[in-house]
Amino acid sequence: MVTVLFFAGLREAVGTGIEELALPAGVDTVAGLRDHLIARGEQWQALATAKNLRAAVNQDMVPLTTAIKDGDEVAFFPPVTGG
Amino acid sequence: MSTFKYSVAVQAADFDLSAEVRALTAADHAAGAVASFVGLVRDNNDGTGVADMTLEHYPGMTEKALEEIVLKAGERWELLGVRVIHRIGHLMPGDQIVLVVVSSPHRGNAFSACEFIMDYLKTQAPFWKKETTDVGSRWVDARVSDDDAMAKWRDQIGL
Repeated sequence: MVTVLFFAGLREAVGTGIEELALPAGVDTVAGLRDHLIARGEQWQALATAKNLRAAVNQDMVPLTTAIKDGDEVAFFPPVTGG
Repeated sequence: MSTFKYSVAVQAADFDLSAEVRALTAADHAAGAVASFVGLVRDNNDGTGVADMTLEHYPGMTEKALEEIVLKAGERWELLGVRVIHRIGHLMPGDQIVLVVVSSPHRGNAFSACEFIMDYLKTQAPFWKKETTDVGSRWVDARVSDDDAMAKWRDQIGL
């Protein structure tokens, strides 16, 4: 299983902040997971249209090309706006 | 001999600049300089009035990211202490939102590290602002100028 988290406007668009799912066969990168979610349907299109989509694996910000494995925590979010 | 001390906090509660400066410098008199930055909630953004704001964050990653930022500063400059506080939740215009306090033997390091920590925090720490404006509620867009500030440090110190 992987834990997938969504934050801010992306969380509102996909309608959930957290989801646990079994890593589908052939999905081994952050981008692969994003594409898998987008293929689910309309609610998930925000992952495709998001401007400058950011991601973190196990709480480190990473490029979408980063490898993922079972047990990881993967987060998707817009560019950060703190401070 | 002084060692580098630091702490970060993510909290809903307000903070007191004077108390934080005193706490950072009380135990160690090797510091000749303290630089601080306090960020405030503005009452306007992108030409629109802002009535209030809510800050969302990524619990766990937020604290980790702030600590990494502070440690990077500690590797780069001669520092004695760093305190970072970032507020979350509901905030009003004029409220304090972020605090950075840096102590160092000399002012140059304190000024530089304080600016670096804020610039880095702006682009790397997982906080998101949602503001209520005259025209409704909206998530704040990231600023290109914040990325530019970060790029400046990458060029200067090779991060």
